[in-house]
Amino acid sequence: MNPRPALGREDRRIWLIIAAMAILGLLFIPFSQTLFGLRFTYTVRVVALGGAILGIISGALGCFAVLRQESLLGDALSHAALPGVAIAFLLAGRELSALLIGAGIASWLGLRFVSALLATTRIKRDAALGIVLASWFAFGIALLAYIQSIPDASQAGLDHFIFGQAAAIIESDVMLVSAVGVIALLVLLAFWKEFKLVTFDAEFAGANGFRVGLINTLLSTLIVVTIVLGLQLAGVILMVGMLIAPGIAARQWTHKLDQMVILAAVFGAFAGGLGAVISALDSDIPTGPMIIVVAFVLVLISLTLAPGRGLIWSRLRQRQNRREFAARNTLRDLYRYALAHGAADTPAPDSFIRGVGDRSAALGLRQLRSEGRVTLGAAGWQLSESGISLAQGDRRNQRLWDLYRRYAYELGLPAVAEERGRDIASLLPANAVARLEAKLEEGADS
Amino acid sequence: METRSDLALSIDDLTVAYHEKPAIWDIDLDVPEGALMAIVGPNGAGKSTLIKAVLNLIPRAAGTVTFYGAPYEQARSLVGYVPQRGSVDWDFPTSALDVVTMGLYGKLGWFRRPGHAERELALAALEQVGLVDFADRQISQLSGGQQQRAFLARALAQDAQIYFMDEPFAAVDAVTENAIVDILRELNQRGKTVLVVHHDLQTVAEYFDWVTLLNVEIIASGPTAENFTLENLQQTYGGRVSYLHGGQLLAASAP
Repeated sequence: MNPRPALGREDRRIWLIIAAMAILGLLFIPFSQTLFGLRFTYTVRVVALGGAILGIISGALGCFAVLRQESLLGDALSHAALPGVAIAFLLAGRELSALLIGAGIASWLGLRFVSALLATTRIKRDAALGIVLASWFAFGIALLAYIQSIPDASQAGLDHFIFGQAAAIIESDVMLVSAVGVIALLVLLAFWKEFKLVTFDAEFAGANGFRVGLINTLLSTLIVVTIVLGLQLAGVILMVGMLIAPGIAARQWTHKLDQMVILAAVFGAFAGGLGAVISALDSDIPTGPMIIVVAFVLVLISLTLAPGRGLIWSRLRQRQNRREFAARNTLRDLYRYALAHGAADTPAPDSFIRGVGDRSAALGLRQLRSEGRVTLGAAGWQLSESGISLAQGDRRNQRLWDLYRRYAYELGLPAVAEERGRDIASLLPANAVARLEAKLEEGADS
Repeated sequence: METRSDLALSIDDLTVAYHEKPAIWDIDLDVPEGALMAIVGPNGAGKSTLIKAVLNLIPRAAGTVTFYGAPYEQARSLVGYVPQRGSVDWDFPTSALDVVTMGLYGKLGWFRRPGHAERELALAALEQVGLVDFADRQISQLSGGQQQRAFLARALAQDAQIYFMDEPFAAVDAVTENAIVDILRELNQRGKTVLVVHHDLQTVAEYFDWVTLLNVEIIASGPTAENFTLENLQQTYGGRVSYLHGGQLLAASAP
């Protein structure tokens, strides 16, 4: 009546993964020291910390970009930040907070421009995103070229914002990213319920009196803030990967939004930290690509291995399903033949059963034989005792399902989806099954 | 004679246009309290548009709508809504119980989180639609009919006075259809007003005591017995309606 949510396998799995990521992250330190001769100097520690903090923020907020199917919006908005960086530099010089504010304003204006295009013209969403991405970015590149031509600005290193450069990051930058990031995460926490509702079902939220437009704008603004925080490390071109990869990977392991967000933050921290450290080894390695490579390795591993959704898991399940279907059908064919030609243990000729079942018969027979349900004698395939009882149970189950379809409403039985492959007693409460069995005794199905 | 306050819903001169083309045109509709009303009409007749315009989800070109005499902004807590099942991504990482709990978010308001009381209310709503055993199941693992019932449970949790349901019977199994009909009748007995966008003409007379025939404009509206006539249906569906044997009505065009 009142099912408690048990701390299921899934919840434990999340903690296992988090622990695994932490151990991997810690192991990397001695591993890289001995193998690559990496020295964890002050600079490298700052870079690692910056990458990890950025990963937490972008991983957590990026989940919403993934779930709202707005990955491309994230890409357009990060490209759109570039002209803001350039203009801020021309106005205020090379002060990181000024550059980021400029980036944020340009990106946010891009966001509003997409909304305006969608509201006032018949341009489709993907085209509107393409327009903003290309035109804002082109303008940004042109401005950067102009800045390079100014004599005393040639050392500004603004082009680091294109691919990101961890080596340029200093402690005060990390403090800035952390402070703004903590605020962004607190806002996410405060509006958790609203963000979740609007992401899942905006219409229903609107009908419930929530200001959907306002909530959407707030969420998009948080995503812009996240993008801006990541520009220095990941760069405008690849920031979108930092935003969406941890969320995509996390989604494979869990069916709960809160767990997905936590796991994405952990994945993001791992990718951001590791990617930034690797790129800090040599100032010629741009950080954005390094972080994204690590992040998408996590995506690849998750897509392959995750139970329930992973490729390997679903391939195995497909094969198992095929075997089970084949076995069940072959069992029915054998049982029907046996009853029609005598008793339940009458053997059926091999040619008959293979002729009826085609290719799946071979699969089914192999499966049934390995379970000891059938034996092959001179006269053909014979059901064993356990095979007969299984066939009888299956027959009875199918008849109960037939009765359920016919009488469920009349008898006032609880509504469940017909899953004929499963035992009806495992889906319906005992008293409901008892009433169907009473119907069966009456012979109501014949 | 009815006074204004007997009306659960009153729509005057409502028009909605997408770009230049009107989707619904000059709708006048009065729904008395306690009516169980089907809204029927061909594809593109504006059935969903009507509901969304009434609920302020899309901009109106003209017209006023009142619930129990009050505008929507003041009557919001009286209104429950079941959107079309296809309007959301069912792969969203959440459970059936969680979806139903969302029906209580509006009452909670900003910042407050659902707690134990909300959990009990949501479980009670799941119980009503026969899904309590599926409370913790991820929503993509529910069948289509179960998803529809989860949406219905979410609306029940809203505990509204007037319900708008957009195609709740679309592509559901027989068990779910019966379960939904039971809930509609129960809501009706408790004096709630229910408007349902419906596509199966054969069940209109059986399930609903009121009907509105819509094709951009309102063709007819009122008690089913007087308004669900062949003549009105032909006018709504453009003559592509014929009697089947047994006196049942069928729209020749697919719903």
